[in-house]
Amino acid sequence: MPAPIRLRELIRTIRTARTQAEEREMIQKECAAIRSSFREEDNTYRCRNVAKLLYMHMLGYPAHFGQLECLKLIASQKFTDKRIGYLGAMLLLDERQDVHLLMTNCIKNDLNHSTQYVQGLALCTLGCMGSSEMCRDLAGEVEKLLKTSNSYLRKKAALCAVHVIRKVPELMEMFLPATKNLLSEKNHGVLHTSVVLLTEMCERSPDMLLHFRKLVPQLVRILKNLIMSGYSPEHDVSGISDPFLQVRILRLLRILGRSDDDSSEAMNDILAQVATNTETSKNVGNAILYETVLTIMDIKSESGLRVLAINILGRFLLNNDKNIRYVALTSLLKTVQTDHNAVQRHRSTIVDCLKDLDVSIKRRAMELSFALVNGNNIRGMMKELLYFLDSCDPEFKADCASGVFLAAEKYAPSKRWHIDTIMRVLTTAGSYVRDDSVPNLIQLITNSVEMHAYTVQRLYKALLDDISQQPLVQVSSWCIGEYGDLLVSGQCEEEEPIQDEVLDVLEGLLVSNLSTPVTRGYSLTAIMKLSTRFSSVNRIKKVVSIYGSSIDVELQQRAVEYNALFKKYDHMRFNLDVLYDLVSLLFQANDLLDLLGGNDVMPVIQTTLPTKPASAGGELLDLLGDLSLSGRTTVNGLKIEFTFERANPNPNIAVITIHATNTTEADMTEFVFQAAVPKVSHDLSVTFV
Amino acid sequence: MQFMLLFSRQGKLRLQKWYVPLSDKEKKKITRELVQTVLARKPKMCSFLEWRDLKVVYKRYASLYFCCAIENQDNELITLEIIHRYVELLDKYFGSVCELDIIFNFEKAYFILDEFLLGGEAQDTSKKNVLKAIEQADLLQECRREPPLTVCFLSAQLTTEKPL
Repeated sequence: MPAPIRLRELIRTIRTARTQAEEREMIQKECAAIRSSFREEDNTYRCRNVAKLLYMHMLGYPAHFGQLECLKLIASQKFTDKRIGYLGAMLLLDERQDVHLLMTNCIKNDLNHSTQYVQGLALCTLGCMGSSEMCRDLAGEVEKLLKTSNSYLRKKAALCAVHVIRKVPELMEMFLPATKNLLSEKNHGVLHTSVVLLTEMCERSPDMLLHFRKLVPQLVRILKNLIMSGYSPEHDVSGISDPFLQVRILRLLRILGRSDDDSSEAMNDILAQVATNTETSKNVGNAILYETVLTIMDIKSESGLRVLAINILGRFLLNNDKNIRYVALTSLLKTVQTDHNAVQRHRSTIVDCLKDLDVSIKRRAMELSFALVNGNNIRGMMKELLYFLDSCDPEFKADCASGVFLAAEKYAPSKRWHIDTIMRVLTTAGSYVRDDSVPNLIQLITNSVEMHAYTVQRLYKALLDDISQQPLVQVSSWCIGEYGDLLVSGQCEEEEPIQDEVLDVLEGLLVSNLSTPVTRGYSLTAIMKLSTRFSSVNRIKKVVSIYGSSIDVELQQRAVEYNALFKKYDHMRFNLDVLYDLVSLLFQANDLLDLLGGNDVMPVIQTTLPTKPASAGGELLDLLGDLSLSGRTTVNGLKIEFTFERANPNPNIAVITIHATNTTEADMTEFVFQAAVPKVSHDLSVTFV
Repeated sequence: MQFMLLFSRQGKLRLQKWYVPLSDKEKKKITRELVQTVLARKPKMCSFLEWRDLKVVYKRYASLYFCCAIENQDNELITLEIIHRYVELLDKYFGSVCELDIIFNFEKAYFILDEFLLGGEAQDTSKKNVLKAIEQADLLQECRREPPLTVCFLSAQLTTEKPL
């Protein structure tokens, strides 16, 4: 049988394939050859075959039949075999399969091998993919190697120990004695990996943390030597001595100093030194400064040091390198709560970052900007943020809009400014605004009593310009329905529309393709409400009766219901106040059902003729007495049923009963009940059952 | 570090090193998605992106993308230096390394990576030490010269070595 083709030869051949199919064919042919070679237990070429298999695996082809062969290679005495065998194990085996356990014995032997490079292979493999069982079995060997004087092995054993601890945290204790003099090493490799090991132990165990706090002076000394020492060619990176070790030490210091005054004080000087002396022209220096800033902000540092840190971040923001700007914004976001005033000083630079080209930088700048908004800067900041909202990518618009609403609610300098800001958001990013914004905004508008005229006029104008943005249209419709009388009565600053124009607009919404069913519901309700405010009642009646046969079930129900009101209570039409009260209640129910967004809403009216004439004062309740209103909807499994009835025995009380039922199998949490009292003053008392 | 991927501008994988246990299927999915995401980035964008719950640091060297997924507490800027150090090691070893070197000698690229990082962390911060170790290990494989004392017992078996 001819020798199997060599690895490089195979790679060359496969690369000549012009199509995926051709490649697949070559691969299959070679796999078949390899498989038969494996079956023949060929020791000479096993290594070559597995190497080829690994190449094919990287291209995406299955290679599981090579797993056992890797184990055989690992068990071989040849170094080449072991090298490829261990590589194959790391690539093809994973700890979920039982096969990897067979490696344990081989690894154990190799950990005790007389050749350090073989021991190194074993440590590397164990530290990369050792399962919990393997780690348990071999922890003792690793611990032994952690104490060796051979720095080549010691550094690897330290990182292998990190992996063991991550897999089997209970074993952490057994490595404690070996850590005793790790930091006295001169070898940077051992130092670096030791610091990593100590970091892992301190992060996992508060006891270890306490124990290792005493290392702070030693760590400070090592760091100092790194900074003060002259040029060391072996560890130099762009004029800085061993930046990797410096960064790691800074991180360990952070963990040690975190909630401890004494430790924090002991590291104060060195942190200041690193912060001021590190060369900032290259990424390397900035990496160290970045870690230093993180440490300063996390430990109990004195205020001077904290200001120094924030200023470093401020300088980072002005750096040409966008990576540096990115980490600056991330860090500032973390510290903005605790060091608010210091971060405020860099506000204008942060706001400039809103115009950056990079998406991640823009997002962070936006989050940070919202965090910096306060009562003093609200007007200026909001200008910038609204400008950002106008021009930003769609993925930002929802979050930005929400942020603007929140900030406006907290810090609005005046009600008018608030309403204007909301209008601006609705008109520029109306389709991205979150669903819950609509009821929140309606609530806000309701509460700003003196602004009703202004609001409805502005919203009406906005509707004239654009009816495509649904949240805007919904809020506008609601307002027009509610305050339409103010709109046409000359209370507005500009030329007021006449009733017919307003009805034109609302009817336009009903027929437009752009309107969603929810929006249509709002419009119809608004039109109906205007029947109590406008005089063109006949027109409204006509519209309402048309929709009594609408295809949309929801609209049809409403229209039918409203029609019923018209017919039954025509004689009451002139007692607008009373009718308004009744209709209001019904609308509240409908609006509420709208807001809940149910799509199988079934409001029902059962009516009987009133048996006695309406009497003053009790008319509403008389109406209620003969009219039972109820509504039902289910949203996301939460079923809600309303019923309205007159109380018994006290007929002056209207009882609105709401049954909320969880129809799903899962629990529902955070059920919030909010009740709003209608415009006419009624006493509302809530009893939970 | 959770994993490192090397891939070409056409999205072909040249090296994959995983430091967390995942099934083959998951690895393939992650690789596909991440490669797509990184390749879609414009040149002016920064080297960091948030992806799932990880931070991803990537840098392009000629036709190869070097891409690392690190944890939230890891330092992105120093990760760039780690990537750079690995490239320097490859460069020194192969002599002005290019993508073809890594394609045809992928196993060596792995050996070098495994001598530099272990479990996702740097084992040695000295370029010289890492290169020396690789050199010595290669000698063990080839057995062309008189092997150093620590490994002389292997020389007898090594003479029957077949090159890959």
